[in-house]
Amino acid sequence: MSLLETGFHIFDKVGISNYLFLSVLLFCIGLFGVLYRRNAIILLMCIELMLNAVNLMFVSFSSYLGDSNGQLFVFFIMVVAAAEAAVGLAILVSIYRNTRNTDVSFLDNLKG
Amino acid sequence: MLLTLLLETRPNVQFWPFIVVSFITILSALYVVTSKKPVYSVLALIVTFLSISVHYVMLNAQFLAIVNIIVYAGAIMVLFLFVLMLLNLKKETEPVKHISWGIIASISGLLLLFVLVAALVSIDDYIQPGLDREVGLIKNLGQMLFTKYLVPFELTGILFLSAMVGAVLLGKREKKEELS
Repeated sequence: MSLLETGFHIFDKVGISNYLFLSVLLFCIGLFGVLYRRNAIILLMCIELMLNAVNLMFVSFSSYLGDSNGQLFVFFIMVVAAAEAAVGLAILVSIYRNTRNTDVSFLDNLKG
Repeated sequence: MLLTLLLETRPNVQFWPFIVVSFITILSALYVVTSKKPVYSVLALIVTFLSISVHYVMLNAQFLAIVNIIVYAGAIMVLFLFVLMLLNLKKETEPVKHISWGIIASISGLLLLFVLVAALVSIDDYIQPGLDREVGLIKNLGQMLFTKYLVPFELTGILFLSAMVGAVLLGKREKKEELS
């Protein structure tokens, strides 16, 4: 059923630093996307990607140290991400209704 | 068979499922960022989330793997796809940017990558693995969620309620302005 019953443990095979580098790389890809893209939908998706990178780091530390607090933090991060996606997409729809565009560089009313 | 023999004889060798799944994760994440069409970005992000769920299964976090598939790939990404359909972006409205934006974004991302990798590069020498290997099971997580984290759990319910009210309020069409 689960990998636990077979006596398998990932950290017998892979060091924790590999997982940390993977999540750092994912976070930086998300950061690059947030800085580079102008489409608001893709910006929101890049934020989701960064949240998932943080989740992966939490889970790998939690599994390595045998501490379940980290996995509960991931649970709460998922809750916040779901709420953030719902509100963000609602804002996006109302922006599109006003400007007929999802490009964030059009939203420069406060620029002066 | 040959691979298991190879892994048993050389325990320090890299674990090949980890490498394969990591490559899928990174390539699909890069495609999310660089794709011209938003629909392809959403689909690539679903692939990224599924491969992260595979990572969770390998890390013995079965509960979070299932929740990740249900919440992210099931709910949030469907929401993104629905909004993309609603917006009906026919032509590519994203304008061509200056190349300097790409350079600035690349420099920022690479600098953060460099700093974090430099901070984490020798972490294997500093932390010791724990003995408890069953932390990711639903039994342990549920017990903790409903005892130690009961108040935050209830607060997430309030957060969801307020997010739902806010989303409905923001998405509602304002009829008075259209009439006048």
